[in-house]
Amino acid sequence: MRTGTLKQILLITDGCSNKGEDPSAVAALAAQQGITVNVIGILEDDQSEDPTGLKEVEEVAMSGGGVSQLVYQKALSQTVQTVTKQAMTLTLQGVVNQELKQILGPNQSLEELPPEQRGEVMEVVEDLGETCDLEVLVLVDTSASMHNKLPTVQEALVDLSVSMNARIGRNRFAIFSFPGKRKDINKVLDWSPKLESMSSIFPKLTSGGITPTGPALKQAMYQFGKKSLRRSFMRENESNIEETGH
Amino acid sequence: MNQTSKKQGIDLRPGSIVVGKWHHNRYYIKKQLGRGAIGSVYLCECNGKKAALKISDKGSSVTMEVNVLKTFQKVQGKRLGPSLLDVDDWIDSFGNRYSFYVMDYLKGKQMSTFIKQHGEEWLGILIVQLLQDLIKLHKEGWVFGDLKTDNLIVTHPPARLRWIDVGGTTQIGRSIKEYTEFFDRGYWGMGSRRAEPSYDLFAIAMIMIHFYHPVQFERGKVPKKTLLTKLDQIPQLKIYQPCIKKALLGQYMTSEQMRSDLSSIMMKDYNQTRSHQSYQDNTKQVPIKRKNHQLQNKKKEKINPIFESLGICFVVVLFYFFYLILI
Repeated sequence: MRTGTLKQILLITDGCSNKGEDPSAVAALAAQQGITVNVIGILEDDQSEDPTGLKEVEEVAMSGGGVSQLVYQKALSQTVQTVTKQAMTLTLQGVVNQELKQILGPNQSLEELPPEQRGEVMEVVEDLGETCDLEVLVLVDTSASMHNKLPTVQEALVDLSVSMNARIGRNRFAIFSFPGKRKDINKVLDWSPKLESMSSIFPKLTSGGITPTGPALKQAMYQFGKKSLRRSFMRENESNIEETGH
Repeated sequence: MNQTSKKQGIDLRPGSIVVGKWHHNRYYIKKQLGRGAIGSVYLCECNGKKAALKISDKGSSVTMEVNVLKTFQKVQGKRLGPSLLDVDDWIDSFGNRYSFYVMDYLKGKQMSTFIKQHGEEWLGILIVQLLQDLIKLHKEGWVFGDLKTDNLIVTHPPARLRWIDVGGTTQIGRSIKEYTEFFDRGYWGMGSRRAEPSYDLFAIAMIMIHFYHPVQFERGKVPKKTLLTKLDQIPQLKIYQPCIKKALLGQYMTSEQMRSDLSSIMMKDYNQTRSHQSYQDNTKQVPIKRKNHQLQNKKKEKINPIFESLGICFVVVLFYFFYLILI
């Protein structure tokens, strides 16, 4: 079973969007395009665990078919990699569930299997998670209130790269920040297999209270589009070669 | 990771009954034992036997843990982790589905508590026990992964180190499934998160440091330096230091190398303290004995005159009575 490349957007923010289209709607659109949207909401150290302002975090992730998590800065590193891995498992489970339905009938899903067989299926999911290729676009909110959190975010992203690169499958990461100067998003780091080399700190912060999460997500989605066009072209070539090989 | 607990709706009261959907076993919940990233662990009773039951609404995570527990059972020889008794689903009265599994209930003390109660010499012994288990696990092609003080308990007597949470166990060559930052070499920038025997050995070194630094310290700007300085600051670990350093720096390729190093250090230390003690014994015991003799002699000297005079008086009085009676 080939799952191709898993595509994820990881949105890191600390507040609500207040400009442009509804981020949940954009996330739903992304999910339809096969891009999972995960959201991590960073809490202020003195904030309670369930602030109303961050309710959006869960909504966006839900419509984006991904995982959401509210965390304090301290736990960010570990959370970034857990969320990414959980979302991978979730996506792959979806793929496997589809296959199961094809084989066993429309009413069959992983949960309907007895525990013994479920274990075997999960082994397959785990194998896929270890070997599949992964593309993560990290979208970081750099509005004024995020200012003091950006060093932690950078640390967490390096940590994510350490975790993901221990896998057998290949990885590609890109980092964008929003709001951009003139555009909706700002490129911080173009697609690259490792983040350890990342030395450039996030760009100068745009002051003011605008957080255009929706438009930023949309732009982020297009970043996959551009590349996946090129990639799909390359993949076609690859498959041609494979076919002639057979 | 505590933040995830918010989403888990599962909170079983003592006295609730969990009934398996597939195998129909009934489990009486007695109390909560712990709560982790995925699910909660309860002490339960089934057919009069105590067991530990882990339940979660994250079915796939439960299934993955069960898979690991099953591989533990395949490992030959002595049992390594808790053994798996049952795997099932439970549907509560609201129709929510939870997955759970049941394992042996190991009643023991936290490793740090045990060492504090029974003496620091146990640290080395328990770590060697841990290494012996790891040798077996590594031979089977697995790495424990999330090795940390909280995951180790000591059952006794006889004192035996057991690991309890096996969720991080990963096949060699893959990426570590679960880890805790303080015990993770990736966090300290001292190696990858790829599952290799040396990954576990780093964690063991951290467990030894953690025992003397119960408050986990920050990594600072140069994590490696921070770590080695902290190690230098612990006088109690001085004898183990070469071994710990090698483990931290990833210079042990196998758990066997570390175990043999550690046990030879311990044997050396044991012999030294023994010969030292016996030397002290020789010098100390002799004067003590002499003193005792002297004391006894003095007592004899002191007690005898009183007895003598009492005896003389007694005899005199006796003779006086005879004299009176005869006259």
